[in-house]
Amino acid sequence: MHARILGLAAFAACLVMPVYAAVALGDAAGSYTISPSGSSIRFSIGKAGGGGFDGAFGRFKGTIRIDNSDVGRSKVDLTIYPESVGTGQGRIDAFLRSDAVFDAANNPEIQFRSTSVTRTGDTTALVTGRLTARGKTFPEKFTAELGGLKGGTIKFHVTGKVLRSRYGMNVGTPLYSNVVDFDMTLMGKRG
Amino acid sequence: MQSITNSPTRYGWPTIILHWLIGIIFIGQFVLGFVMARIESQRMSFELIQLHKSFGFLLLGLIILRIAWRLGNAAPALPPSVGTLERRAAPLAHFALYAFQVALPLSGWALVSVSTLEIPTMPFNQFVMPNLPLAESDAAESFWSAAHWYLAYAGIALVALHVAAALRHHFLLRDNVLTRMITPSSDGE
Repeated sequence: MHARILGLAAFAACLVMPVYAAVALGDAAGSYTISPSGSSIRFSIGKAGGGGFDGAFGRFKGTIRIDNSDVGRSKVDLTIYPESVGTGQGRIDAFLRSDAVFDAANNPEIQFRSTSVTRTGDTTALVTGRLTARGKTFPEKFTAELGGLKGGTIKFHVTGKVLRSRYGMNVGTPLYSNVVDFDMTLMGKRG
Repeated sequence: MQSITNSPTRYGWPTIILHWLIGIIFIGQFVLGFVMARIESQRMSFELIQLHKSFGFLLLGLIILRIAWRLGNAAPALPPSVGTLERRAAPLAHFALYAFQVALPLSGWALVSVSTLEIPTMPFNQFVMPNLPLAESDAAESFWSAAHWYLAYAGIALVALHVAAALRHHFLLRDNVLTRMITPSSDGE
């Protein structure tokens, strides 16, 4: 009886848990183009006294390449257009686009180029890369979690913290935190 | 120690120091407010607005001290040479100056409290100053912004009148009305 239950549990676990593992190693391999329609790049910044403000970038493009044999050789490229920033408050958007923060007129792109991908779990990986904004480049780390693979699309939930002061965007500290929390959903379409 | 409190003929040091400190910051705030609203750079504008808020709260604190001190220290009498009209107008003008000193920081505080930008206030980056319990809206922000501007222009006009009156006393009437606000030893007549 116990053996049967254990066996059943093991069978169920096989069904549920290693699905992504199998996916990430085998079926997921390939090149994907990030699809803006199924993706979002959101961020939030805490402020003194509690609360904070949230925003999102409406326009971005990128690719995800998952290596067939070695996940570590996978690659992520992401380009964000800061002009497309939106917070729901027009005056804040204008401020963010201006030379106070993004200086979008002179620096129309924010770029992330991965340098290494390290698997940290069945469905998670640490993506290290170089982030370039306002002409300054620093190494940054993001956590990526595989959210699903269906047909030719793959979905990742990506989170990470970036210190804005390093990119010449320290305006408003300490009223507003130096730490920008990124929360992205990146959906890639094969090909 | 006699030069601490006001007397019937002269001002004490606390009155004199508060008067000039508040006067300088008040005029500085007017200039800063004017510049921060017109400067091209959004970044500089943001930083200057935060500085303006910091000095505004410093002013409010100093003004509360000043009024408390004034309530316990009558101002010295005007020189006998001062005419009836000015004798009546001067206390009114001084009362109005006090009213503006209170109203200006409070209207600024109301403005940041109702602003839909929800920018926190940290005087000199030291602590978070809570907002006044007023409802936030674009309409309220426009109202308090206009109120703050009109009060600032009216206040600075009153300061100009005050300065002109002091200069008239010093250079035309040649009495001690100005000098007694510079040092307690100038107790005149």
